[in-house]
Amino acid sequence: MYGEKYRSIEDAIARVKPGTRIMVGSFGLAGYPEELIEALVASGTGDLTIISNDLGAPGVGLGKLLTNNQIRSLIGTYYNWNPEVAVAYNEGRISVKLVPQGTFAEAVRAAGVGIPAFFTPTGAGTELAAGKETREFAGRACVLEESIHADVALIKAYKADELGNLVYYKTARNFNPVMAMAADTVIAEVEEIVPTGSLDPECIVTPHIYVDVLTMRKS
Amino acid sequence: MQAILEQQAKERIASVIARYFDRKAQNGRLFINLGVGIPTMVANYVTNPHIYIQAENGMLGVGCAAPEGQMDHDLINAGRTCITETPGCSYMDSAASFGMIRGGHVDTTVIGAFEVDQRGNIANWIIPNGKQLGVGGAMDLVTGAREVVIAMQHSSKNGKAKLVKQCSLPITGIGEADMVVSEYAVFVFESGKLVLKEIAPEISVDELRGITEAEFELSPDLHSM
Repeated sequence: MYGEKYRSIEDAIARVKPGTRIMVGSFGLAGYPEELIEALVASGTGDLTIISNDLGAPGVGLGKLLTNNQIRSLIGTYYNWNPEVAVAYNEGRISVKLVPQGTFAEAVRAAGVGIPAFFTPTGAGTELAAGKETREFAGRACVLEESIHADVALIKAYKADELGNLVYYKTARNFNPVMAMAADTVIAEVEEIVPTGSLDPECIVTPHIYVDVLTMRKS
Repeated sequence: MQAILEQQAKERIASVIARYFDRKAQNGRLFINLGVGIPTMVANYVTNPHIYIQAENGMLGVGCAAPEGQMDHDLINAGRTCITETPGCSYMDSAASFGMIRGGHVDTTVIGAFEVDQRGNIANWIIPNGKQLGVGGAMDLVTGAREVVIAMQHSSKNGKAKLVKQCSLPITGIGEADMVVSEYAVFVFESGKLVLKEIAPEISVDELRGITEAEFELSPDLHSM
């Protein structure tokens, strides 16, 4: 009744194997796929690389994955909301790659649209550009940044139709639409699945071509 | 020199920047991005209806903070504060939001800083002490916005000058600062030089030099804040 892509949260998360590179939409606790993360925590699957803006808070949201020792490395922009990240990094338990937030969003988008790398002025001359190729364009120093791709993307959207077209809700949109383009397998958690044809085509943000698995929140 | 209490200092900085924006928006629409802390307070003081606030987590047309009982945790600004919508607001994904910033469509960003030096370099993303691990949108904002306004208290909590000769902390952007507003003064960068434009009634120019490590010149139209 929910279309061919529909799976339970547990079935969907069973696709995540140890060592997977996972992209997760979120900004703080807005727009993260809460029930998929809960199931991932319950699965105990480890050695994960998590690609996300931040890591929630200690023991909250994505932070649970770190508290539960499931993370090997992080790629993201801002971990000051979860001080456990700095502790784990300083103790050598995880690796962390920091990327400026706009560069991070664009690198994910680039992966989704087939652009392997791009030059951006952001970060030129700073510590975060160390070791990266820098070239001048129109007199301005720019840094070569590589795209960021993942094995699996865990997406939070508001509604889907049975085909997997997605619409979002307010600032819960954040990184979700670009991540939905940038992974081999895209799993979306939505609040409601409506019949195909009932979403206004002008309002669909993520066309269903990008979505592989649809799950629905229980609560 | 008369001391200014912390809360009064923050309110003054925010209101001085708001006054600058109100004047600027008389010439047309003004798009601004407000960082966490004092910059967010600027929203409480602007009165010109042609000012539109952008939040880098994906919104144009940010309204005031959401009142108690009307908080929607999926409607937040980049500081994770619950906010409200304004008529005509819109949402976008993070890549589009930073495209708006990097593409030069946002007129001004207001950010805090640990240090700003006399060449306009900004240090506001990390104090290396092992406890912080984050850059967020700081580098994108100072690079992308057409104008960068620094809102910061004149001295650090332990009394050190924040306007310095050369940043000692890791920098966020090279020569990106255009204006610095503290509770004691308004400075602008003109032709690569730091110039004092406004000064608070509580302090003399000599006293200001005493608490400012950076070298600065006096504007010909220097006036009271």
